[in-house]
Amino acid sequence: MKRTAEKIAEQFETFQILDEEGKIVNEEAMPELSDDELKELMTRMVYTRILDQRSIALNRQGRLGFYAPTAGQEASQLGSQYALEQDDFILPGYRDVPQLIWHGLPLHKAFLFSRGHYIGNQMPEGVNALSPQIIIGAQYVQTAGVALGMKKRNKKSVAITYTGDGGTSQGDFYEGMNFAGAFNSPAIFVVQNNQFAISTPVEKQTAADTLAQKAVAAGIEGIQVDGMDVLAVYVATKEARERAVNGEGPTLIEALTYRYGPHTMAGDDPTRYRSEDLDNEWEKRDPLVRFRKFLEKKGIWSENQENEVIERAKEEIKNAVKEADNTPKQKVTDLIGNMYETLPSHLEEQMEEYKAKESK
Amino acid sequence: MAQMTMIQAITDALRTELKNDENVLVFGEDVGQNGGVFRATEGLQDEFGEDRVFDTPLAESGIGGLAIGLSTQGFRPVPEIQFFGFVYEVMDSISGQMARMRYRSGNTMHAPVTIRSPFGGGVHTPEMHADSLEGLMAQQPGLKVVIPSNPYDAKGLLISSIRDNDPVIFLEHMKLYRSFRDEVPEEAYEVELGKAKVTREGNDVTLIAYGAMVQASVKAAEELEKDGVSAEVVDLRTISPLDIDTIVESVKKTGRVVVVQEAQRQAGIASQIVAEIQERAILHLEAPVLRVAAPDTVYAFTQAEEVWLPNHNDIVEKVNDVINF
Repeated sequence: MKRTAEKIAEQFETFQILDEEGKIVNEEAMPELSDDELKELMTRMVYTRILDQRSIALNRQGRLGFYAPTAGQEASQLGSQYALEQDDFILPGYRDVPQLIWHGLPLHKAFLFSRGHYIGNQMPEGVNALSPQIIIGAQYVQTAGVALGMKKRNKKSVAITYTGDGGTSQGDFYEGMNFAGAFNSPAIFVVQNNQFAISTPVEKQTAADTLAQKAVAAGIEGIQVDGMDVLAVYVATKEARERAVNGEGPTLIEALTYRYGPHTMAGDDPTRYRSEDLDNEWEKRDPLVRFRKFLEKKGIWSENQENEVIERAKEEIKNAVKEADNTPKQKVTDLIGNMYETLPSHLEEQMEEYKAKESK
Repeated sequence: MAQMTMIQAITDALRTELKNDENVLVFGEDVGQNGGVFRATEGLQDEFGEDRVFDTPLAESGIGGLAIGLSTQGFRPVPEIQFFGFVYEVMDSISGQMARMRYRSGNTMHAPVTIRSPFGGGVHTPEMHADSLEGLMAQQPGLKVVIPSNPYDAKGLLISSIRDNDPVIFLEHMKLYRSFRDEVPEEAYEVELGKAKVTREGNDVTLIAYGAMVQASVKAAEELEKDGVSAEVVDLRTISPLDIDTIVESVKKTGRVVVVQEAQRQAGIASQIVAEIQERAILHLEAPVLRVAAPDTVYAFTQAEEVWLPNHNDIVEKVNDVINF
């Protein structure tokens, strides 16, 4: 006899639109996107791949701070973000800087965030987001609150949050979904299942065959999607968004993906826990390769166009690094000033002490 | 003016602020129809509706996260943690998250959350209900920690806490909930956060206390008076930030100090106060500053509770030590 969980897992088939060859395998699910919109999706993925390569290089040169590589996850990150409206609120994990950038965080601020500068955490007016979360899962419970707040304000917007496969083991993961379900609030919970939580494979995180099925216990909608297929991720998120703003409650989206690089640039060595065969297997599913094939077949993408995006990305990244370099360094007095609305007397004393130190 | 117990004063403060500001939301485990396990939110759901006063699923971390998320949408959340011993479940949402909202947004966002929670010994609760964990909170920059000792202060401090634009941990000693009544004005009023109060004036020794230990200190002062010792009692009211000026002023006047806390001795608020006093007023001291505190064990729930908890006799004993030094 099959376990209940196995029977449930069978109901979560991976949703896919484009196969690895860029061929449409699910014609009726094809989104109504114009050629320009399709090209925009490709542009963003190419740009983000370049940004990742440059960030890794900058990090190795000691010119960046904390950085979590993104290559491999472009479809999951950007396909879901592309389904959002400007009023929607993003609660990212630390690898989810690209979504913030395409939601409106200026590139130089992304670099300042990496360097631990508070200006990197200041979202521009109209960019609804928190800065990337470090504690795994904390953003899930906060998302329930943002979504409930939107519901109370009668907004037609959603709160969307991201974590990884490891994040689904946290209590906050379940608490966040359960609260959002109980309040029937407009939330989208995305799990980018990139197969490894640092080094621990997903099989060691859970006895569940899919992560999407964890929605069942919370009583909310769940879907597993090919996270290397930007159109599938886009459609799944778009539909989740529609349900949410129509009062039909939250959705959990599991996107099957892979990070090509290390967990972060702080010394992780993936060869200690991943085989080359596995890397190769996932690289065959690359989101850029398959979408490029799809667009080329449609006759709306060329090597020239891609090179233009690459050159523009490199230029803009160079300028953004310069802008970050030119930003005055964060001081201890900045930190003190960011603790309370009005400084209590002990911090006033410490402010004076550090002003004196900093003026030396 | 009405005569109110501390729990009535707290309900009155919540009602006042729910009326005053439509962004105020009151929520937590059993706070809705049931009115909370201590009835602090009694009648509020009927009066303000389920949209403003509501039950949450039973998960403290979820409640903390909910408060943070709601504050991004312009709300002023007033969640209840049913007993403060359960705070460990919500430590990240408090110390890791809401306390850092200003920092983590480069001061473009804030979390005007007031977490109310009962704590304190002497009422025979099960394990993990009575512990004095305010020191954990006071160590976290970005938070304010408020502990009233009487009904009048409870109402004014809670109103100030809710109106404050930074997160406040508002701790309500269970033994004080219904132990006595005070004159409490029916209108809205604020008691300033971060300001201590000299509850009783005296010249020979300063007793510094907060929460239920204020009552114990006053009782000790009354006994000491019979022996001709004039004790001043300073009620901190807010333990973070500390009102250092009021403390130091009293120390300069009396030259002798006993700091009283219900919490265990190690690394507590009393230690911080002793450090501040010796840094700022050592030449005014006639004797070492002594502490009255609980032993460094887990809370003695039910068995041995009466001996474990500091009381007025312990305070009198320490005062005699500093007087006779």
